[in-house]
Amino acid sequence: MIVTKDQIVLWLRRVADVLEENKDYLTQLDAAIGDADHGINMDRGFKRVLGQLPKVEDKDIGSILKTTGMALISSVGGAGGPLYGTLFMRAGMAVDGKQELTPEDLVTLLRAAVDGVVQRGKAELGDKTMVDALLPALQAFQKAVEAGEDLDVALERAVAAAEEGMKATIPMLAKKGRASYLGERSIGHQDPGATSSYLILKALLDTVRETT
Amino acid sequence: MKKLINKPEDFVRESLEGMALAHPDLIKIHLDPNFVYRADAPVQGKVAVISGGGSGHEPMHGGFVGKGMLDAACPGEVFTSPTPDQMFEAAKAVHGGAGVLFIVKNYTGDVMNFEMAAELAHTEGIPVQNILIDDDVAVKDSLYTAGRRGTGTTVLAEKICGAAAEAGYDLKQVADLCRRVNLNGRCMGMALTSCTVPAKGTPTFELGDDEMEIGIGIHGEPGRERMKIKSADEITEMLALAIIEDPAYTRTVREWDMEKGEWVEVELTDEPFREGDQVIAMVNSMGGTPVAELYVVYRKLHEICEKKGLKIVRNLVGAYITSLEMQGVSITLLRVDDEMLRFWDAPVHTPALRWGM
Repeated sequence: MIVTKDQIVLWLRRVADVLEENKDYLTQLDAAIGDADHGINMDRGFKRVLGQLPKVEDKDIGSILKTTGMALISSVGGAGGPLYGTLFMRAGMAVDGKQELTPEDLVTLLRAAVDGVVQRGKAELGDKTMVDALLPALQAFQKAVEAGEDLDVALERAVAAAEEGMKATIPMLAKKGRASYLGERSIGHQDPGATSSYLILKALLDTVRETT
Repeated sequence: MKKLINKPEDFVRESLEGMALAHPDLIKIHLDPNFVYRADAPVQGKVAVISGGGSGHEPMHGGFVGKGMLDAACPGEVFTSPTPDQMFEAAKAVHGGAGVLFIVKNYTGDVMNFEMAAELAHTEGIPVQNILIDDDVAVKDSLYTAGRRGTGTTVLAEKICGAAAEAGYDLKQVADLCRRVNLNGRCMGMALTSCTVPAKGTPTFELGDDEMEIGIGIHGEPGRERMKIKSADEITEMLALAIIEDPAYTRTVREWDMEKGEWVEVELTDEPFREGDQVIAMVNSMGGTPVAELYVVYRKLHEICEKKGLKIVRNLVGAYITSLEMQGVSITLLRVDDEMLRFWDAPVHTPALRWGM
């Protein structure tokens, strides 16, 4: 089982839809512990991605993902811009020139993407950030692929791990970003960045399920 | 929401356009990506000083672009940091061959976007350095947070470093001076009311009629504590003493190694205020507090500084680093030496700050 270039494009379009639907939800999560703009910023960013996609749809997956990253870097702002921008840029660089992705390619892609986020944001597991959704997802995906599971099963496990990681941010004390200034008051709220990361991974699973 | 805006999504652009029309002799604007730059840029042979941050803090930073201060300012969306392409394009537009200093307020988004901008400038062959401003003493437990925020000292650093660049300091000298200004400045603010981001339409936080929030940043983020409102003298004393009695503060920041082309971690420690220090005092409106109230605060601040043996040698009273229409005040004290004072006194001509020319 592989992921095709068309599926990658469909995924990015679905992410734009999902983020539009969840714009207010993400912004509300951010209002509780941040500065109430995460949903607005991500929606603006993926609208920009939608505008750029027609220019690169006939290129390779690497170019499509790098273009997505650049569009996010130049339109999202806040911390989300550099973090998601870096995530997609590194993902694209990891699969340069490819027209389709094997499960092993996806492991490489995800690892490069998550490493990029960790480097840029200097966050560790448990800091109440998007890393709390992304890192468990990467680990679950890699483990499933190494165990020889099918791509869709591996993705299901990755998304389940991301969801669990996202929910696990609720009792955490924020140590990075604007939420960290709240100290104890950040406890009891789900991290908006972990939530958008989960939504983006879930959109990949849904796309693969619907189109294979 | 009652605001003098047309459409929320047009607010930043229309405000920039109006500013350009009002000050054609001083500044120009570039749209998409947005930045404000000196009308006479690039100034050949001069270090270009660039800052930026979310909109909503006006006159900072765009109002400080002009002779003797900033070469360019990059405004993001309201309370959202600008994007790297803005700083990169601004750097290319104002680079006069002597490199670019980015003055960055310590907020996670700002730091990351300016770091990416520095990496882009470096690949373009522009010598660059990023200096962080993290002066907000309200942030406790800075080890477990993103650290102290960048607030009032930013305005003073932009003035002093802009003058140093104008006087011919090279990039390393301007960066060293900027770092030193940051290490000698401390700030703390408070809010009487919240503020409303146009795109959101509702106040960022709720504050009762009889309440105030002490130790806010500049985005309506929560502060140290919420309490019943007190008199101007009591509030001034709370802020001033938190600043004056603040102990030494150590932090690790990332600066750019120009030769290696990579980030290096630097540990910096500042010293508390001491009797006999000379200071510049800024009493700043958060946007909605009238000047008359600022002078009530300044009166008490002056008294406290005298009592503590701090000599206010210069002052700035007004709205310089704001949070939209928020009522409230911030106090900044900057310990100055002769070099800093000389650059503070140097001529400046920008939309929001002008003396000596």
